[in-house]
Amino acid sequence: MPGSARIQPANAGSARRYAVQRFGFALLVLASLLVVIPILFVIGAIVVRGLPAISLEFIFGMPSDGMKAGGIWPAIVGTLLLTAGTAIVAIPIGVGGAIYLAEYAHDTMLTRAIRLAIVNLAGIPSVVYGLFGLGLFVLFLNFGTSILAGALTLAIMTLPVIISTAEEALRAVPVEFRTVSASLGGTRWQGISNIVLPQALPGIITGVILGLLRAGGETAPILFTVAAFYLPSLPRSPLDQTMALPYHLYVISTQVPGMPEKIQYGTALVLLVLVLSLNLLASWIRNYYRRKRQW
Amino acid sequence: MVTMNTPNHVKIRFDRVSYWYEQQQVLKDITLDVAANAVTVFLGPAGSGKSTLLRLINRLNDLLDNTKLSGQITIDGEDIYGRGISVPQLRRRVGMVFALPLPLPGTIRENILYGPRLAGLRDRARLEETVVRCLQQAALWDEVKDRLDQPSTSLSGGQQQRLCIARSLALEPEVLLLDEPTSGLDPISTGKVEESLLELKKDYTIIIVPHSVQQAARVADHAAFFLLGDLVEHQEGRDLFTSPRDKRTEDYITGRFG
Repeated sequence: MPGSARIQPANAGSARRYAVQRFGFALLVLASLLVVIPILFVIGAIVVRGLPAISLEFIFGMPSDGMKAGGIWPAIVGTLLLTAGTAIVAIPIGVGGAIYLAEYAHDTMLTRAIRLAIVNLAGIPSVVYGLFGLGLFVLFLNFGTSILAGALTLAIMTLPVIISTAEEALRAVPVEFRTVSASLGGTRWQGISNIVLPQALPGIITGVILGLLRAGGETAPILFTVAAFYLPSLPRSPLDQTMALPYHLYVISTQVPGMPEKIQYGTALVLLVLVLSLNLLASWIRNYYRRKRQW
Repeated sequence: MVTMNTPNHVKIRFDRVSYWYEQQQVLKDITLDVAANAVTVFLGPAGSGKSTLLRLINRLNDLLDNTKLSGQITIDGEDIYGRGISVPQLRRRVGMVFALPLPLPGTIRENILYGPRLAGLRDRARLEETVVRCLQQAALWDEVKDRLDQPSTSLSGGQQQRLCIARSLALEPEVLLLDEPTSGLDPISTGKVEESLLELKKDYTIIIVPHSVQQAARVADHAAFFLLGDLVEHQEGRDLFTSPRDKRTEDYITGRFG
């Protein structure tokens, strides 16, 4: 560090403080490395062992021979459909709820209860969502084990993430923009739609993508509501069952004896790439808009 | 919306106005007439209620929770808190410029046209005309005429503030409220803003919360001095600054407190 030469310890006391400071920094660097290293190992192991399995046939083929051969196309399609269904349900409700909480709601018992519910929803284990979806959508509403039931369950699980990140993004827009818009004869909604929402959009999009990522990678909520063990065909309607990547991975890793390791790691790699690329997309969108932002 | 403004015509009338914010009374029984086509300054130390009074005129305080208003405020005899008053419509008649330059995201042109577009103006020629007219009125036209489509944030602080004045003028308001409009500006920009105010009072009723006593003395036709929510005195500007009636006013303008 060229800059550190200028910090000259004046006496023994400050020399000691300086040493303590260096030691503290070293600990912090170590802590952040400890976060990164396991992730690199996981990704590395999956890439090294999964890459040999990847081929056009593996990605776009139907599974065969009790999943011990062939491809995982139905699981990929199933995961994409479930994520899309989750998005269709969760985005309007989540963003709408966030707009209400951030822009319109007064501080009342009701809104406090809503906020408390959102915080608690975010903390519920995903398997509980699965059981809830089974009870409500599969059985009570009689959707059966279906993409519809699965997407709705995942949407409920995703809502708290979307609502809280979107609300935060809306609150980060300076209150002055709303005041200025009002002072120029804008209604509250005109200020929100013309100024506040466009400014908050990158934050909202990031939250939405992160929420959907979690939904796309979850196993427990789809376990009882949609996932098929082995279904070598593509779904034809929202009321069909489907295979899905996370559940497929669970099945071939634990439930099928004599499963080739290559296929397990290949499936994990596909799931990882799908999720990571969405993640990269989210940060790209965030950075792109942040550079464009003018305040 | 054009109203005939004769000299000494009362544009805004405060009649026994009291105002509470979160149980605390910030304005106490204010009765005051504001003359049309003149510059009135609201003077007083921080916390005297002058900004609050300003924001009652365009009902910007409606955005706050936990407030209470008593008394009556009228513009041209019409109760602005009465039934059937459209608040967006009122705010188009009463423009406001804030202490900090607050350009909206977007270009210079978009900033000016934000209000007119919300008001439903679509005619291209008239929109273009509006841009030129109010930039000229705010003494900014010569500096920005070649870059109307650049981001408003590319302007200097002083230019941004004049852009904000131009933006309020785009709606052709009858009243212009300025809340310490030059507090963030250097002396030269301040001079330009003050110049454009003196030009504007021919067509507008202007109320300004000045950022110094000196500025108040420079621009005031009428001056009202507030202290802790009370209206202490209200006079012709020249008289208030040369022969204040109240001891507290004298102390303030001679710099003994505030």
